Amino acid sequence: MCLGVPGKITEIYEKDNMRMCKIDFGGAIREACLDFIPEAEVGDYTIIHVGFAISLLSEEEAMETLALLREIADIDEELGIEAQETKS
Amino acid sequence: MKYIDEFRDPELAKNTLAEISRTITQPWVIMEICGGQTHSIKRYGVDQLLPEKIELVHGPGCPVCVTPLEQIDKALAIASHPEVIFTSYGDMLRVPGSGKDLFSVRAAGGDVRVVYSPLDAVKIAQENPEKEVVFFAIGFETTAPANAMAIAHAKRMNLKNFSVLVSHVRVPPAMHAILGSPSNRVQGFLAAGHVNAVMGYWEYPPIAEKYQVPIVVTGFEPVDILQGILQTVQLLEAGKPIADNAYKRAVTFEGNKPAQKIINQVFKECDRKWRGIGMIPMSGWCLNEAHMDFDAESRFNVGDIAPEESSVCIAGQILQGMKKPPDCPAFGKECTPQTPLGATMVSSEGACAAYYRYGNIQIPTGANNVRE
Repeated sequence: MCLGVPGKITEIYEKDNMRMCKIDFGGAIREACLDFIPEAEVGDYTIIHVGFAISLLSEEEAMETLALLREIADIDEELGIEAQETKS
Repeated sequence: MKYIDEFRDPELAKNTLAEISRTITQPWVIMEICGGQTHSIKRYGVDQLLPEKIELVHGPGCPVCVTPLEQIDKALAIASHPEVIFTSYGDMLRVPGSGKDLFSVRAAGGDVRVVYSPLDAVKIAQENPEKEVVFFAIGFETTAPANAMAIAHAKRMNLKNFSVLVSHVRVPPAMHAILGSPSNRVQGFLAAGHVNAVMGYWEYPPIAEKYQVPIVVTGFEPVDILQGILQTVQLLEAGKPIADNAYKRAVTFEGNKPAQKIINQVFKECDRKWRGIGMIPMSGWCLNEAHMDFDAESRFNVGDIAPEESSVCIAGQILQGMKKPPDCPAFGKECTPQTPLGATMVSSEGACAAYYRYGNIQIPTGANNVRE
């Protein structure tokens, strides 16, 4: 139930004194509340949980994580290290 | 989809797995706290790909599973009132209480509705002023701010026909309970990334230090989980029991301050029973004094329902045919017919009692029969 889905903010508006937005989940559009990430802007990606944006996704951090993991692979390749056997 | 596809990249997963294999020198037991992560691990076969030295054990992070029986019984009692529209997240409807579930209340004529967001429940209350609308506010820290916001929103609008049955739970007290148990085997935690998106992980360094276990905030995609495992193994191998973050794109140390603020405005910490685990002191949130007007338990006078159930047993899963009694670590050890931990070991018709009595015969469960 703590599953959160990343989506892209496509529209921001006020409703019932709350900051709401339209979120695009890869084609499916839903409404969500933005009160927990007031700094969000149209085009930002956020994690949505039960109709609330709980976290603004950081592109910089995502790129850094991916680069770090790719770097591990590159170093190993350079050193000619093979992965050990794992369970089939 | 951005932020999903990259973290499902098979090449990246393979590389991360290889790095785990190179790093590990001895066996380690790691618990993923969140049921969502358990699903991801099984779905992508992550546990099958890991080096044999890593044992993943599954944690209590399933809000539906740990919602105590008495709260479910209270939900059933409230939902049965003719003037009530009972609203809940969909996954609660099948959870058995003492004898029945919310689906059977609906089948008997009760107005039980599934909502996607707690704000939907508030809207139903606005649209049905002649009805009492009750929302079943369950969940961990991830869900608590949304539920708190719905209550605050109802209070702002002075909605008199809206109330909540609260059964919130918090992760850190559960970690204390697991790590403090004499039978604990967990040497490292993958923390539940979306709980931490809300709460940050400032609560975790003292836990890591006290019990000398690394705690690594972990996401939900396969590469996220492998990265969480890699960082945990690196910390274990280096003898560094600290709290760390492998889900940096979504989680900061401080967490989401506005979300934490609304939780503190609406709720206060309280003792909470966890189904299958038992009472964990100060492990829950309940309404604070300023919001007691929204308490469904007092509004419908169901405060005194108190069924008794289990501690560490997996009876819930056994009863659903998902597990067999020998899968339970307590089976035949802490849990016997003389000292039962769960109903299935007590009842003469219980699966555990039958297995215990007749030995460990591998009788196919209902689920297996269906598959065959």
